[in-house]
Amino acid sequence: MHDIRKLNVMENVMDENDHIAEHVREHMGAHGVLIVNEMGAPGVGKTTTLKNIIERLQIAKPFVIEGDIESDLDTKDLNSLGIAAYQINTFGACHLDAPMIDHKIDEMDFDLEDKERGILFIENIGNLVCPAEFTIGEHVLMLIATVTEGSDKPYKYPLAFEKADIILINKVDLIPYLDFDEEFFMKGVRALNKTAPVFKVSGKTGEGYAEVAAWLEGRAAALDIHEHHHGHGDDEHHHHHHE
Amino acid sequence: MHEYPITEQIIKICSQHCAEAKADKVVSVSLVVGDYSGCVGESIQMYFDIISEGTPCESAKLKIKRVKPKLKCPACGEFFERAPMSFACPKCGVDGEPTEIGKEFYIEEIEVE
Ligand SMILES: Nc1nc2c(ncn2[C@@H]2O[C@H](COP(=O)(O)OP(=O)(O)O)[C@@H](O)[C@H]2O)c(=O)[nH]1
Ligand SMILES: [Mg+2]
Ligand SMILES: [Zn+2]
Repeated sequence: MHDIRKLNVMENVMDENDHIAEHVREHMGAHGVLIVNEMGAPGVGKTTTLKNIIERLQIAKPFVIEGDIESDLDTKDLNSLGIAAYQINTFGACHLDAPMIDHKIDEMDFDLEDKERGILFIENIGNLVCPAEFTIGEHVLMLIATVTEGSDKPYKYPLAFEKADIILINKVDLIPYLDFDEEFFMKGVRALNKTAPVFKVSGKTGEGYAEVAAWLEGRAAALDIHEHHHGHGDDEHHHHHHE
Repeated sequence: MHEYPITEQIIKICSQHCAEAKADKVVSVSLVVGDYSGCVGESIQMYFDIISEGTPCESAKLKIKRVKPKLKCPACGEFFERAPMSFACPKCGVDGEPTEIGKEFYIEEIEVE
């Protein structure tokens, strides 16, 4: 009984996370709620962007989950503006995962009228590496880059740019003071990602956000609302699925 | 600090396979990890040692095979590792496209006794 045997396993370590993510995506989509996973380095303007987009939504009702390592400042800030924001603290972990979102969604109240659409914005932990590797049940992965970080970001963090469904270049009000090389930046983006729309925005002046809000509302309107059935349905809103 | 839940998952999968094979303990675990699954850092063996205590995986040895990401050239079909600050194909200069190579994160095999 002490012989050593080899067992062929061939199992993905992330299978359980991905399975829960798929459930969240399907479940919320069926209820008319589009999930937007917002990622970007610390200070790129993730919270500023949420506020700007939410102000410009025409039809969809906004909800927010703020991921933060330990503080709840952004959540308090959003709540004070009358935005329904909920907090997840990861206490050290550098990304949100699908089970965290699944639990939080259970606590939240998505009181939508018949056929009304919602958009659940999830501000991920400020980090360009780990959040790109963990799907949390989003329909849309929204990447925030800035002109202040330099034009080489796609070359340094290729996975984030590859996986993004929409890319925002924020802080364009600062372009006159910087040497942001947009051509080099876009060459990198397009090598990695042929389809994601790229919007230039400014959290300071508000430019560009009306277009972003309209694009997201288009995605929300395209959700296939139906009676929730248990089990895991089709995959039609699930882009960039890597296994 | 993302290793904790990941390591728990690895131990869970290995313990299941060990039990199904009616073996007593896991001796080694072979993981295949693409560099884009950067979540698996140097400290994983340390987490593994702590979390596996009292499980069939206790004192098992982790063997990690790293896989470097490769791009595929849409012009000539070459698979290549990119140079810093470039996606250009070394053969023909056209920008390569992302592939699944480098995104692996799976348990290949385990040894049990
Ligand atoms: N000049 C300028 N500052 C901005 C812009 N967007 C955000 N900021 C500032 O950048 C800082 C970080 O913004 P915040 O939204 O908290 O970033 P987060 O950490 O990604 O959530 C704040 O001081 C913002 O006022 C912008 O478009 N232009
Ligand atoms: Mg923030
Ligand atoms: Zn080539």
